Amino acid sequence: MTEPLLRVENLRKYFAHTKGILAAKNMGQVKAVDDINFTIATGETLGLVGESGCGKTTTSKLILHLENPTSGKVLLQGKPIHGMEREALRDYRADVQAVFQDPWSSLNPRMTIGKIISESLTVTKWGKRAEIEERVRDLLIEVGLRPEHAQQYPHEFSGGQRQRIALASALASKPKLIVLDEPVSALDVSIRAQILNLLKDIQERENVAYLLIAHNLATVRHMAHQTAVMYLGQIVEYAPTKSLFDDVQHPYTKALFSAVLPDHPDLQNDEIVLAGEVPSPLDPPSGCRFHTRCPFVMPECSQEEPPLRETKPGHLVACHLYPTA
Amino acid sequence: MSDDIVLDVHDLHTHFFLRRGVVKAVDGVSFSLRRGEVLGLVGESGCGKSVTALSLLRLLPKGAARTVQGEIELEGEDILKTSDREMRQIRGRKIAMILQDPQTSLNPVFSIGNQLRETIAKHFPGPGGTVTQRAIEALRNVRLAAPEQRMDQYPHQLSGGMKQRVVGAIAISCEPLVMIADEPTTALDVTIQLQYLNLLKELQEASNMAILFITHDFGVVAKMCDHVAVMYAGRIVERGPVRQVFDNPTHPYTQALIASVPKMGDQRGRLHTIEGQPPEFSDLPVGCRFAPRCAFVEDKCLSTYPTDFSVGNGHTSACWKLEKPE
Repeated sequence: MTEPLLRVENLRKYFAHTKGILAAKNMGQVKAVDDINFTIATGETLGLVGESGCGKTTTSKLILHLENPTSGKVLLQGKPIHGMEREALRDYRADVQAVFQDPWSSLNPRMTIGKIISESLTVTKWGKRAEIEERVRDLLIEVGLRPEHAQQYPHEFSGGQRQRIALASALASKPKLIVLDEPVSALDVSIRAQILNLLKDIQERENVAYLLIAHNLATVRHMAHQTAVMYLGQIVEYAPTKSLFDDVQHPYTKALFSAVLPDHPDLQNDEIVLAGEVPSPLDPPSGCRFHTRCPFVMPECSQEEPPLRETKPGHLVACHLYPTA
Repeated sequence: MSDDIVLDVHDLHTHFFLRRGVVKAVDGVSFSLRRGEVLGLVGESGCGKSVTALSLLRLLPKGAARTVQGEIELEGEDILKTSDREMRQIRGRKIAMILQDPQTSLNPVFSIGNQLRETIAKHFPGPGGTVTQRAIEALRNVRLAAPEQRMDQYPHQLSGGMKQRVVGAIAISCEPLVMIADEPTTALDVTIQLQYLNLLKELQEASNMAILFITHDFGVVAKMCDHVAVMYAGRIVERGPVRQVFDNPTHPYTQALIASVPKMGDQRGRLHTIEGQPPEFSDLPVGCRFAPRCAFVEDKCLSTYPTDFSVGNGHTSACWKLEKPE
């Protein structure tokens, strides 16, 4: 097998939970990310789905080298990223970029659009001034804006346009992977489709991979080649998007699908309405972490943690209901 | 008109008076709500849907905004003509509201019980014990576990979904005729959103109150509403029974909005997009406000705002292409 673009191996991130300011007492650990594995291939999109607090954002921070893992590895083209220094880290930052949810807080209001986009190029001494200006012009056109926008400031743009600017600045260093953290959920409905289409066009042209973090399943279905579902810091189902959407297996994924609102008033599909809320990651349930809310719970679920097993080619599920294929 | 109409809004105009000019945020909106009806008011941010809601409760920012024209008849009485004192008797008792973010709509320094009792004591004054009993009952109605213990807790001790239930309990505690729900589930997680929508539907069916459901999500409309009105740039462009509008959207804006949302059944492919941006209120087009973004635009659209054309069964649409040639 050829090495994928990005490989995440047994990744764990525990945060210490302390009480008090002076002489802080250790109250335990929050297992934000607890032993996850996945890969992203060149030019493909992995959709990461889950509710707030499931560890999606911590995962993205680990991949962006903004947090150090408690254990486990993130490898880009076979090279572990944590422990990198100076030049290697700078190259990594050029290879892996991010676009965040809120385009109102992610752009510096005191910088012109041209400055925002060219910043990473200037820092890495990418080329001469004229070359950088040329690159900024090309990037603005690529994301559907006009070259003269380079002289303007963020407040002059709408949300959709700002998200285009954020994307242009992520693309400046020709990254291999872009982490998209809820890239359209802050935008208006009529603008979302424009940005999703743009993201797809760019992927086709530049062969860039995406890690798409989203809570909207229809968006993931539309964008992602592979989909992983997270619950309380763990991946519970991981499969090619088509396989996952055609044959949902894990009860939690089924509940997420039931919670999708209908496209038409005659399609009411809430077969599984989960009772209660996500338990605290400070004290996750024993065995399968979903057993406290699972409608199909069995005696062994509270005893034994189900491993992520392949139930059919490429389709992994962590649930005692499904024996190995 | 039949007399089970509880709220009748007629030709509502709410303007903001800013230094750079007048912003006509709500520009001639009419709709009515029957007892037990759920009406969805759908639109993108800035279309005037929340300003419509605030106008109904007369909670517009003083000095900056004013309802300059129109009538809001609650059980036949125009509440725009009532005094501030009478209005305070209406808010919470006749018309209640649930806002988007439970984090900001609850006061962090008062206990849950305190906040519930405040509203109840205002409209149903009585001995403390009765008020407390009623507050606990309201918490039980929104399916909060251990309601007696919740009374002494503070908002920060509850999760987002639980807080929004408390907000719901305050809203239903005085058995209002009309509830305005302004994006009540936008801040909640998807599985919690489903629980909350089911709860609202149950409460509505049990009490037969009318709900004005403000949202940008057609999925919420499909799940919750009997009727729907679509707003664009301060005006309602299409309205009708919810099934009819979903089966046969007639306004190009409604059509495009429904088509641009990714569907669960869709394969990877391109999404339908609406080009451009909604217009600025300071620079509205002369004719149809959607004309600059519309795929079917004609000369007439650019010069004259279309009237409402009937598509049958109370389904109307403000678009010139529905005008019958005579």
